[in-house]
Amino acid sequence: MADIPLIRNFDAGAVFAFRNRRPIRVEEFLGEVRRLADLLPDRQYVVNLCSDRYQFAVGLSAALLRGQVNLLPPNATADLLTRLNLDYPGVYCLRLAPVELPKFEVFPYPQMEVSQATAAAVPQFPPAQVAAVLFTSGSTGQPVPHPKSWGSLVRSGLAEIESLGLDAYRRMAVVGTVPQQHSYGLESTVLAMMQGGLAMHAGRPFFPSDICAELQALPRPRGLVTTPVHLRVLLAEASELPAVDFLLCATAPLSPQLAIEAEARFAAPLHEIYGCTEAGQIAARRPAQGQEWHTLPGVSLYADERGTWARGGHVEREVLLADVIELRDRNTFLLHGRTADLINIAGKRTSLAHLNFHLNSIEGVRDGAFVMPEEDDGTVTRLMAFVVAPGLASETIMSALRERIDPAFLPRPLCLVETLPRNETGKLPRGAVDELVTRLAAKVG
Amino acid sequence: MNKPAMQEVPQGNTLTADELKLAQLIVTTLNLETKAAAIDPTARLFGEGMGLDSIDILEIALAISKAYGVKLRSDDENNREIFNSLRSLNQHIQQHRVK
Repeated sequence: MADIPLIRNFDAGAVFAFRNRRPIRVEEFLGEVRRLADLLPDRQYVVNLCSDRYQFAVGLSAALLRGQVNLLPPNATADLLTRLNLDYPGVYCLRLAPVELPKFEVFPYPQMEVSQATAAAVPQFPPAQVAAVLFTSGSTGQPVPHPKSWGSLVRSGLAEIESLGLDAYRRMAVVGTVPQQHSYGLESTVLAMMQGGLAMHAGRPFFPSDICAELQALPRPRGLVTTPVHLRVLLAEASELPAVDFLLCATAPLSPQLAIEAEARFAAPLHEIYGCTEAGQIAARRPAQGQEWHTLPGVSLYADERGTWARGGHVEREVLLADVIELRDRNTFLLHGRTADLINIAGKRTSLAHLNFHLNSIEGVRDGAFVMPEEDDGTVTRLMAFVVAPGLASETIMSALRERIDPAFLPRPLCLVETLPRNETGKLPRGAVDELVTRLAAKVG
Repeated sequence: MNKPAMQEVPQGNTLTADELKLAQLIVTTLNLETKAAAIDPTARLFGEGMGLDSIDILEIALAISKAYGVKLRSDDENNREIFNSLRSLNQHIQQHRVK
């Protein structure tokens, strides 16, 4: 197979990134990649911890030029770095600030002179070259590596561009609120930009005012790649939202109300991506227009007795998906939540995500989650639900739920709370949920 | 603008009236079990100390914006100091509040 270029769809002089409000031209980027590649130490693996998205992209590209593999851990805790040191001998860390990491070689991102834009050849890499290793937390607590070839990463980026119609937004500037070391951030804020001729915003604005200010400072067309948590807070806090042309959301399913509100207030289409670290992004949908997911080009799904599998396209090996999926055909499906969320009460089966979907579709419900309490005294365990719904009485929510779900799954009790203990990616960690259950039980008992 | 004419000078680890109000807002927003009056205004809000995380910060920022009209920004030069403790956060709010 032919080598695949590092970037494409950038005209000469096109903006590759916006950094500190300054445009960086594609020629400048390519020059910086070559200079950094000359400076990197001679090692096989690099942990790319650059928090600046542009520097991350330069680091990723320079490592590719040197044939080094980018390790992208979900966090940089001392524990995880120690683990990587054992599993990948001679690994070093690339990051902006020089920092003391015990027993870890740190290569600080060097200050490099900004060159005058000159024509530079775009590097090409073999599709089979291992470009990055992403990690999931294994069931035993040890990180499980998921190597990604350059070919697979690029095919994934191209599939996203085609599926979301990003061709129509050439040169769009894109702000991301997600880290580029995660699967979603890597695909949607780095690779899709590099392959689609889009301009990445180098920062990662956090507060709603920051996000609005950074968007406002960019030329149009401009887009926002974010998560349900950020989107909800953004809509709740900002009285005036900057005009945006494109919205993308992932990491946890978005409620239809939030999707519709976001589309209305931003006056832009909101797309949603579904995927996992193992397979990468798999499908997309526009939640304001329907709940069905459509697989990315080349990817298809099939089911057997073990569950639903993804294959084809950029998915290099068949991946068993950890979600309950209702296939309409091999390219269209409904998502009913994680397999681990399967609920069986009195012989009736459903999933927490399925129940959560119904709970969150009730008018006035801002956020809500069903929880299966841990009980082992032999009695029939009942579900609990935690609901954020200012102004709604729990009776109103219960009667709306009765219309939607089997009585066996009605929550006992339904607790109205101010917020749910969601983590950075919008998920509800089991530990935090258990803590909430214990706290409420203490209040009641 | 209903800034208090004279701000109390916070001392030690006793909550001032404004600090107690902010503590109550945080406890309610995050559904903490801690009693607002029991929060040490000099303890670190994040990491060790009260142990809040980045999603908590977003939720608190939203609550502060609604209650005081102060919109927090991460490019504020004093950002690290502002979030250092309940006391520093309250001082920032009292200086910038519009409600």
